[in-house]
Amino acid sequence: MQTLTSPKATSQTHQDSFLVIENVTKSYPTPNGPYVVLDGINLTVSEGEFVCVIGHSGCGKTTLLDTVSGFRKPTSGEVRVQGKRITRPGPDRMVVFQNYALLPWKTAFENVYIAVNAVYPEKSRQEKTEIVREHLAMVGLEEAMHKKPGQLSGGMKQRVSIARALSIYPQVLILDEPFGALDAITREELQEELLQIWSKHRVTVMMITHDIDEALFLADRIVMMTNGPHAKIGEIMEIPFPRPRNRTQIMEDPQYYTLRNHALDFLFSRYALAH
Amino acid sequence: MTATAGRRLPAFDIATFFRRNSRRIIAPVVALFIALVIWQIFSSVTQSLPGPIQVIQETWDPWIICPFFVGDESFGLNGLQGGDVGLGWQTIASLIRVAIGYSLASIIGIIVGVIIGISPLLYQAVDPMFQVLRTVPPLAWLPIALAIFKDSGPAGIFIIFVTAIWPIIYNTAVGVQQMPQDYKNVAKVLRLSGKEYFFSILLPSIVPYMFTGLKLGIGLAWLAIVAAEMLRGDTGIGFYIWNAYNSGALSEVILALVYIGLVGFMLDKLVGFAATLVSSDK
Repeated sequence: MQTLTSPKATSQTHQDSFLVIENVTKSYPTPNGPYVVLDGINLTVSEGEFVCVIGHSGCGKTTLLDTVSGFRKPTSGEVRVQGKRITRPGPDRMVVFQNYALLPWKTAFENVYIAVNAVYPEKSRQEKTEIVREHLAMVGLEEAMHKKPGQLSGGMKQRVSIARALSIYPQVLILDEPFGALDAITREELQEELLQIWSKHRVTVMMITHDIDEALFLADRIVMMTNGPHAKIGEIMEIPFPRPRNRTQIMEDPQYYTLRNHALDFLFSRYALAH
Repeated sequence: MTATAGRRLPAFDIATFFRRNSRRIIAPVVALFIALVIWQIFSSVTQSLPGPIQVIQETWDPWIICPFFVGDESFGLNGLQGGDVGLGWQTIASLIRVAIGYSLASIIGIIVGVIIGISPLLYQAVDPMFQVLRTVPPLAWLPIALAIFKDSGPAGIFIIFVTAIWPIIYNTAVGVQQMPQDYKNVAKVLRLSGKEYFFSILLPSIVPYMFTGLKLGIGLAWLAIVAAEMLRGDTGIGFYIWNAYNSGALSEVILALVYIGLVGFMLDKLVGFAATLVSSDK
């Protein structure tokens, strides 16, 4: 934590349009005409940037990230990573799933190994084992390496899932509410770990969250979406806190509350859920 | 209680075992005793069936004490060739047929189940046909089987096969259909090869369903073989029953029923045990 350098200073300058979401619209046909979930989303993310997406449930955040991961195709528009159009899922855009998506019959080690083995088939068994160990150690799971998911707590499972995602060195890391199911203390621990890992790996991150404080602590920019259907990007908020970030420090920063209130106002006044 | 928490028990202590499981042991023994008493009363009142005491007296030598005797000296020690041999041999003869038919049914059933589980089109195509075929009783297949194989041995195996295969197919197919989307997403995002997907994800995830089918299958197979051997056979426990009945030895028939029940029970436990070996999630 103490010896981190800011990855942003170097990365943003040479790859400004690393990930481009261009005019993405997603609609589903229904008997009463198309149901439009996303309506013309435009977003450019630089290499190494940490972007959080917030919005109310059902506003299409997951759909948006699915077009980046490739699990869903946009009805119109396209998503490009380094100029290449995304057509299907791939390990260059690894996902940390909401409910971990670990294989319960495999140990933590094997769950990560299957990913490393799929992406680096040419490496020797020893090299692959080394990569797996390194990444499990990074999330503090050396001890529990040979346990199966059933024996791990929610936080540990999510650590395995993060280790699996990072072990294959993706260009983009996609996280769909990764810490939603965890208790407050574990959540804060994992947020800090994620930031450390992110600064080492220099991976571009897109993360969905419901938690404004989480987004303020983690993100370079927060993308706030309007309510669905026809969800759009309502506003993008730059988070100016210097890195490495310290939770207590940024919470003492007067800007923190300005930004926080701004986000709350967006979510609960301007785009409050109609009840 | 044991120091090695979660590991194997250090030593098997019979006294402790009985103290802990006394109810699980005593209750079934008492129930069995009562059932035997009722049976004894029933047979002494109606005079139609031998009672338990008479059964044991009549079958004690040679059937109970010597399950592997061979009546015909010229066969040597091998009792699988039929004739006047112990119940152990008859059971083995039946079990060999079950083993062959059931193994075939398992292999083909799992393969077909996976295929129709993956392809909704194929599932819809064959489902009505399978649903009809699956309700055909095992013995109704016997004439067909005899017409195909012209011999009661392979015909018996065929009947086992055709009886056991349906639950295996359907449970495997359901397992594939019920596979959580999460696992498929992992496979997609990692772009796993077909082989890796099959062995690392699909197969382990359907194991519990598969074994439900395999357990139902073994029960049905055991039911079918006895019936098939009674109708047409020269060895096996079904043949033995029919033979004993024709010679008026009801006690032997009853003893054979006990054999059949115990063997069926053990087969079921065996498949259940195999399931716990394969699916160790915890």
